[in-house]
Amino acid sequence: MTGAAWGLAAATFAASFVEFVEALTIVIAMGMTRSWKSALVGVGTAILALVAFTAAAGYALATWLPESLLQLVVGTLLLIFGLQWLRKAILRSSGLKALHDEDEEFKEQTAAAKSAGEVNKAGLDWFAFVVSFKGVFLEGVEVVFIVITFGLSAKDMPVAILGAGAAGLIVLTVGVAVRRPLAMIPENTLKYGVGLLLASFGTYWAVEGIGIFGAGGESLSWPGHDWAILALLATWFLLSVALVSTFRRRTRTREIAPTAEVNA
Amino acid sequence: MRFLKGFGQFWYDFIIGDDWKIAVAVGLALAVVTLALVAGLTSPAVLTVVGGLLIVLFFTASILIDTRSHRS
Repeated sequence: MTGAAWGLAAATFAASFVEFVEALTIVIAMGMTRSWKSALVGVGTAILALVAFTAAAGYALATWLPESLLQLVVGTLLLIFGLQWLRKAILRSSGLKALHDEDEEFKEQTAAAKSAGEVNKAGLDWFAFVVSFKGVFLEGVEVVFIVITFGLSAKDMPVAILGAGAAGLIVLTVGVAVRRPLAMIPENTLKYGVGLLLASFGTYWAVEGIGIFGAGGESLSWPGHDWAILALLATWFLLSVALVSTFRRRTRTREIAPTAEVNA
Repeated sequence: MRFLKGFGQFWYDFIIGDDWKIAVAVGLALAVVTLALVAGLTSPAVLTVVGGLLIVLFFTASILIDTRSHRS
C-alpha cells in the first residue's frame, strides 16, 4: 500500500473505531443488565438494516444522484457530525465539560436499563432489543457515511472499507474477550482528531456540492483542489486551539462557569 | 402515530444531535453560499473559500453563544 492508502486506512480506522466503541458500550450494558439474547438479536437486526440501508443508499448514489448532490448531502451530514465532536472536544479541553468516560456512560446505560419496565414482545426483552438496535444502527450509519466520504475523496473505496472493517473486528474481538466497556481507549483524544478530520472533509464536500444549484449543476472546485483539505484541517485545528485557550483563560478569571456547566 | 413520532425523533437525534445550533450554523452558511452562487455575485473558486470561512465563522459564533449563556 502507498503512504496515501495507509493514511486513508488510518483515518477511517480511527473514525470508525470510536463509533464501534460507543455501540459496544450500549450493547454490553443491555446484555449485562437485561438480556444478552435480546441485545444480540437487536445487534443482528441492526446489522441487517445497515446492509439494506447501505445497499439502497449505494444504489441511489450510484444511479440517481449527481455527484454534486451526493457531496452536498453526505458532506453536510459529515460536517454536522464533525462539528458536534469538535465542539465537545473544545469544551472538554477547556474544562467546561466533563471528559467522556465509557465507564460513566456504561453506568448511565445500566441505570436506565434497570429502571425501565418489563415489556416482552416476540419472546424478547423489548427495551434491550430497541436500545441495542438503535445504538448499533445509529453508530453504523455514521461509519457508512465516513467510509463513503473518505473512500470517494481518496478514490480508494476498498481501503476505506478495510480500515472500518479492521476497527469493527478489533473492537468486537476485544469486547467479547473482556466483556466490559473499553474505558482504557484514549477516546477524548481520538474524538478530537476525528472531529477535525470530519469537519475538514465535510466542509470541503458540502461547499463543493453547492454547485448543484449552479447553472450546469457541476460541483464547485476549491483552489488547490485536494490540497484545500489540508488547509481546512489546519484552519479547524488552529481555531480549536484558539478557542480552548480563550475559554481556559475565561474559566480561570471566573468569567464562565467551570466543568460540566455547558449542556450535552 | 407513535411510530412516526419515534421515526422522526430517531432522525432528529441522528442529524441534529445534542446541539441544534451547529446544524443551524452549517445550514445558514451553506444557504448564504447558495444565494451568492445563484445571484452570480463572484467566481465559484472565491465562493468555496467564502463558504469555508462562513462555516468557520458561524461555528465559532455558535460555541461562543453556548459559553456566554453559561456565564456565572
